[in-house]
Amino acid sequence: MSARSGRVIGVNGNLVTVEFDETVSQNEVAYVTQGDVRLVAEVLRVRGHYADIQVFESTAGVQAGDRVEFTGELLSVELGPGLLAQVFDGLQNPLNVIAEEHGFFLPRGQQVDALRRDTTWEFTPKATPGDRVRAGDTLGVVTEGMFEHRIMVPFATEGVVTVAEVASDGACTVTDRVAALEGPGGARHEVRMMQTWPVRRPIRCYAERLMPTDQLVTKQRILDTFFPVAKGGTFCIPGPFGAGKTVLQQLTSRHADVDIVIVAACGERAGEVVETLREFPVLTDPRTGRSLMERTVIICNTSSMPVAAREASVYTAVTIAEYYRQMGLQVLLLADSTSRWAQALREMSGRLEEIPGEEAFPAYLESVIAAFYERAGCVRLHDGSTGSVTIGGTVSPAGGDFEEPVTQSTLKVVGAFHGLSQRRADARRYPAIDPLDSWSKYPSLVPEHDLKMARQVLTKGHEVEEMMKVVEEEGTSMADFIVYLKAEYLDAVYLQQDAFDPVDGATSGDRQRHVFAQMAQVLAAPVDFPDKNAARGFFQSLTQTTRDWNTTAMDDEQFEALQRRLSDMLCEVTGDA
Amino acid sequence: MRKVYREISEIAGNVITVLATGVGNGELATVTAPGFGSLAQVIRIMGDHVSLQVFSGTRGIPTDAEVRFLNEQLRTPYADALLGRVFDGGGRPRDGRPALDGDLIPIVTPPVNPAKRIIPRNMIRTGIPMIDIFNSLVESQKLPIFSVAGEPYNPLLARIALNAEVDIIVLGGMGLKFDDYLYFRDTLEGEGALSRSVLYVHTAADSVVECLLVPDTCLAVAEQFALEGKRVLVLLTDMSNFADALKEVAITMEQIPSTRGYPGDLYSQLAARYEKAVDFEGAGSVTVLAVTTMPGDDVTHPIPDNTGYITEGQFYLRNGRIEPFGSLSRLKQQVNARTRDDHRTIMNTMIQLYAAYKESLEKQSMGFRMSAWDHKLLKYGALFERRLMDLSVNIPLEEALDLGWQILADCFEPQETGIQTSLCERFMPSSSDEELAAACALDAPAVSPAG
Repeated sequence: MSARSGRVIGVNGNLVTVEFDETVSQNEVAYVTQGDVRLVAEVLRVRGHYADIQVFESTAGVQAGDRVEFTGELLSVELGPGLLAQVFDGLQNPLNVIAEEHGFFLPRGQQVDALRRDTTWEFTPKATPGDRVRAGDTLGVVTEGMFEHRIMVPFATEGVVTVAEVASDGACTVTDRVAALEGPGGARHEVRMMQTWPVRRPIRCYAERLMPTDQLVTKQRILDTFFPVAKGGTFCIPGPFGAGKTVLQQLTSRHADVDIVIVAACGERAGEVVETLREFPVLTDPRTGRSLMERTVIICNTSSMPVAAREASVYTAVTIAEYYRQMGLQVLLLADSTSRWAQALREMSGRLEEIPGEEAFPAYLESVIAAFYERAGCVRLHDGSTGSVTIGGTVSPAGGDFEEPVTQSTLKVVGAFHGLSQRRADARRYPAIDPLDSWSKYPSLVPEHDLKMARQVLTKGHEVEEMMKVVEEEGTSMADFIVYLKAEYLDAVYLQQDAFDPVDGATSGDRQRHVFAQMAQVLAAPVDFPDKNAARGFFQSLTQTTRDWNTTAMDDEQFEALQRRLSDMLCEVTGDA
Repeated sequence: MRKVYREISEIAGNVITVLATGVGNGELATVTAPGFGSLAQVIRIMGDHVSLQVFSGTRGIPTDAEVRFLNEQLRTPYADALLGRVFDGGGRPRDGRPALDGDLIPIVTPPVNPAKRIIPRNMIRTGIPMIDIFNSLVESQKLPIFSVAGEPYNPLLARIALNAEVDIIVLGGMGLKFDDYLYFRDTLEGEGALSRSVLYVHTAADSVVECLLVPDTCLAVAEQFALEGKRVLVLLTDMSNFADALKEVAITMEQIPSTRGYPGDLYSQLAARYEKAVDFEGAGSVTVLAVTTMPGDDVTHPIPDNTGYITEGQFYLRNGRIEPFGSLSRLKQQVNARTRDDHRTIMNTMIQLYAAYKESLEKQSMGFRMSAWDHKLLKYGALFERRLMDLSVNIPLEEALDLGWQILADCFEPQETGIQTSLCERFMPSSSDEELAAACALDAPAVSPAG
């Protein structure tokens, strides 16, 4: 069987035109060869005997006449034990291994196995010969860090098959054979610990998709209380630069109440990945007491790395997320930033000379974004356990304008919108999520009634603030002025959160319920003051005491004392009324 | 293998198309004709049609000019002898001294493996309170200075360069006015810093294509110095000219433009340069400060907009001051926890109060009556602008923090600042400074009792 091949006839940036002799298939992987350098590429378009392929690396030096080999395989990732705690590029090359071999830089044309071939894992069988199984069913398990990693019937398996053989307890590498399956016609398939799966195809080996209802607690008060996210849901964080998208995502990746976090650093700053990369191994996950890195996979295709691989990186990330969902785990995928991914699509579309849509983005942008977010979801597996993939993507709208195509396409398909505001960021009100514009379709952890009141106070407070710009403080009634001060108070001590304070930085769900009940008391209290300065003075002191309370741990003896003082302060001013 | 062709089929803008075979993408060539000579680089291949961009422009190129392919990528000499030298965008000496003999290094280098970067940890002190307190500059940071034409961005750049404790300064000028070039050269020389600097200066009069080479050349040289353990500061002015040159070439190549005529890959092109800022594990570092002039003071213009998404913050230079709003150093949190305990608190509180001051100012300008609180804020804002924001202030960080506390103490009661009680007790001076109070009485409106 001779490999199919072709010759380069044109080079335009990372788009290479190839003349081929036999056949090619759409989206198959090809290699442009130059001596011993092999550049990975993917077929994007076929016209007559010419194929346009996007090369995932720099095309410097590629010549007309260079040989191109077609592989017949779609762009795929390796799935198996050993993915956790790894740092991959967009095509799943492990960056640490490349660093060991090549030092500071990322050389061209390097393909390294994603999973280490020499690591052994203790395999424990769970299936017995004769069992009837389907794609995604468990054949055995290995222990990967703190998880029981299921070795499953390959996802590509069709229908029901019979287990013919299963390896007994023992150490295996990812390429070792651990089972054999027998299909209907008696065809035998060997199963290794590792399987490959094409990244652009969702893994659907589950019984049914469920409505996402369980809340995913991020420990950011404004999110969990006001704009919650459900496990298996989707959310987006659009915001102009400097509004704190990435910091918010980093905080979420640290504190989120999930089993596994996949961080897809897509076309963003390398420095931000480095923080995660260097800090996670030394940070402890409060849930498990183990290193945060043990529950994290980083897919990192930063802005100076090849653009085409950036486009692939979000799919690599979501495929790994789906793989762990198949084990009944709760997975959170954070993609920063989906706009860079959309820009990669735009660059390619431009090179292909497709007719451009709005702002030169391709016409299929919306459907591509929708299909990506649809890969999130809460599912019930065949064995009855549930798993989820939650997807949160940041959006970097050009000029901070939410009307642009990527933001708009994303808003149509997500369940929560955490819009960051430049005005709040300028005023250093972090997290700079706009409490009036943002929304969520998922249920909150605080009572609906209190929440509704809080929202009313915020809205009314904002109206009063706007009004005061016209009629000034003097023309504002005392009642309105108090609503304004209450809104400012809630903003200062609840919506805002000091990410760098060890206590305030992460507020557990319990604490949020507790603190929010106190907030509700303040908001509902019928306070009155002799004049506006007295009112302002009262809320300033209340704010300061509440901030002290926020930075006191719940098990600290001061915690209750401070809460009492807050209640006393409130009593004093309600007594007059 | 040398390949020589004499058949130019197309000339458009700075791009020529030659019928040739066996040529690699990105390969260099010389284009010569009587009275004409230039380097050119392959930017597109389609069959035997090879398009090249000609560095010194295409003016005067005949269709039978000789195009000689050199079978090599773009490179620049690198040696310690670079220090103290001045070159033009094409790497030719501009200082009248002989060309440099050194190893040739490629000017486009592969990206750094993120796994080999380290978290930046050293603050670069500049003596400018608006930077040191509010938005600390950090080694290996990439930061643009957003500005409009006419602002003193080049003097600011020069001042940071002279104050910063780095081993080597690499200055890249793109479309620089000749006077500005002389200003930089003379300032660096006058302060004795030229001997640790190397300058690549493309002036407004030079060919557009050479403008494109300046950032790459500067960063390749800087990266090489950093690999040898040096801490390098790269100053680029002005990146907007670089982006405009990209636009010019893209349009000549008939690429589909995205926003306002800029190519769709503007983000990636800029990122490829800015991301060269790095702190190498076990070697030196590259810090990049770049001027981006905003056409029409519009930050949503594609150049500043894309830049803001790439860089680790930005400084807004407006009315001769670094604006506290919008200006941001994303890396400041890496260093400002280790300077002094009150650093972060002062940084946040002073800006929050300054934002409140701006609101009061707006109310005042609309003729509203000012409350006692408004008067306090007005006094505070005036003091803040004069004592800390003015660009001529040149004091160390600690002194600037003390000054911040003094200004707060002069204007507010401790609980009005919203600062944690423990910090107020530790740092807030009790009595107000008489001289300061007198000084601010001059330009702040008198404080009236409760209104």
